[in-house]
Amino acid sequence: MSTLVFLEHHGSSIQKGALGVLTKAVSLDPDTSAVIIGSGVGGLAEQAGRYGAKTVYVADSESLEAPLPQPRVDVISRLVKDKGFGTVLFAASVLATDVAGGVSARLDAGLNWDLNDLASENGTLVGKRSALGDTIRADVGWTSEPRLGLVRAGSFDAVESGGSASVEQVSADLEDFSARAVMVDQAHEEQSGPSIEDAEILVTGGRGLGTPEAFSLMEDLAAALGGAVASTRAVVDSGWYPYATQVGQTGKVVSPKLYIGAGVSGAIQHKVGMQTSQVIVSINKDPNAPIFDFSDLGVVGDLQTIVPALTALVKERKAS
Amino acid sequence: MKIAVCVKEVPDPGPNRRIDPGTLRMDRSGDRSLNAYDLNAVEEALRLKEAAGDGEVVLVSLGASKALDSIRKALAMGADRAVLVSDEAAAGSDLVATSYVLAAALAAEAPDLVLFGQQASDADGAVLWAAVADRLKMPVVSQISELEVADGTVTAKRQTEFGYDRIRTTLPAVLAVADSLNEPRYPSLKGIMGAKKKPQDVKSLADVGVEAGRAGEAGSRTTVISLSPPEGRGGTVKIEDDGTAAQKIFDFLLERKLV
Repeated sequence: MSTLVFLEHHGSSIQKGALGVLTKAVSLDPDTSAVIIGSGVGGLAEQAGRYGAKTVYVADSESLEAPLPQPRVDVISRLVKDKGFGTVLFAASVLATDVAGGVSARLDAGLNWDLNDLASENGTLVGKRSALGDTIRADVGWTSEPRLGLVRAGSFDAVESGGSASVEQVSADLEDFSARAVMVDQAHEEQSGPSIEDAEILVTGGRGLGTPEAFSLMEDLAAALGGAVASTRAVVDSGWYPYATQVGQTGKVVSPKLYIGAGVSGAIQHKVGMQTSQVIVSINKDPNAPIFDFSDLGVVGDLQTIVPALTALVKERKAS
Repeated sequence: MKIAVCVKEVPDPGPNRRIDPGTLRMDRSGDRSLNAYDLNAVEEALRLKEAAGDGEVVLVSLGASKALDSIRKALAMGADRAVLVSDEAAAGSDLVATSYVLAAALAAEAPDLVLFGQQASDADGAVLWAAVADRLKMPVVSQISELEVADGTVTAKRQTEFGYDRIRTTLPAVLAVADSLNEPRYPSLKGIMGAKKKPQDVKSLADVGVEAGRAGEAGSRTTVISLSPPEGRGGTVKIEDDGTAAQKIFDFLLERKLV
């Protein structure tokens, strides 16, 4: 078997998560290569070599500049067919998820997602994942090659092994339909102010707040506790709170001593960004909210009354 | 404009969901409902149709025949009709098989737009649209938080790990919408009464031109090997607020020296 890892890049660096998947892949299969797809990305190949890739395939073309999935499906599918890779691994992201889905259809190749570990058992690749809101763990496999795997963010550490890869250019011929989506513009905020990743206490507001104004309840509680305010994708998309405060798959991954969620349902997109918090307290009016499955203390109730009352108790304590 | 919305019946979220230890498949015998994320796709389709002044919203699904009970909710919201591919031979379909069957059913409808919700709440899958788009040879945009469709052009804003992208493409296209895009409407009483009378076609695999070997376990390329209990956080406590919840949280934090 041989393995190919898709290395997603942003600006002039390869994503750490992708290098983590490469590190793991190399440990399971010394015959592991990587593919980098973009415009002006030739310089990234050397980075990939240091993490153990044997060969780095580079598709470098202006038509591949925008981080859109379908041109990458074309490049990877052709590469897998030409070289006969047995396994193709992706570090989950918005882009990589769509790429993996497309490659699965193009090659009729099985795709397992949400993997948090990979193992070789009797020479066969086995994926490990959680299911049903992490209430059960499953070992998953593939019945034919190529096997495709999407690995959850943060599952593997990237470790340099000091190698150097040979570099091979590959074609960037695209299907007609793959070139029909174009990037109009990108708004990528640069971080300002203290990061929620550094806060020891995070008070997180979700869509259950009902209005953007209700974030003042979160701010009051965070100020009383000496913490910071975080948010979820739903409220950021709605323009209620800045993107820089968003926790989750497409936001920050946080691990505070205390996480308090109010009006946060705990969708998987949010959970992967905060599940390693030391203590999780949640308040939600929906008794079936998934967040209760992984809260140390879950309260079914109205955050509009509970949060201000809690803030008052904390203030009272600090004042005494 | 003809809009197809892919919807799925799922087991109700919550502690009663289970995987059948015999078949290693999701147990779908308990309470079920339409995947909540699909409601955002249905809502967006209805808004696009209303804005255009004409058109048709068709629900397309793969599932057991009883899934129509859940799909009727989307008909009650205002969708015009439903196509359910239901066949014993399709049970246990993975992504490869499901995308093949859905693409076949969608191709027969020849829609201008195919909409998906942001994920399935049962298997947490968020890849189906990309596979279906590849089979239909249509452009795909996912994670859409703002959408404009006019004159055969789609402009969509999506959120990524780095911020927001604005992407433009042409119809026909496959789009996956985020749950922040809209607030799904509640079906009206009239809508609920009328839903039963709307066309609901149940089709077999043969009806949509899918060979049996392409669906179900025969058409799948992945397998569940074994299940085991999770490494839990341990000791999760859930209480109902009886007026003392703030005090209880405060005591809990005090005990752990967090205040």
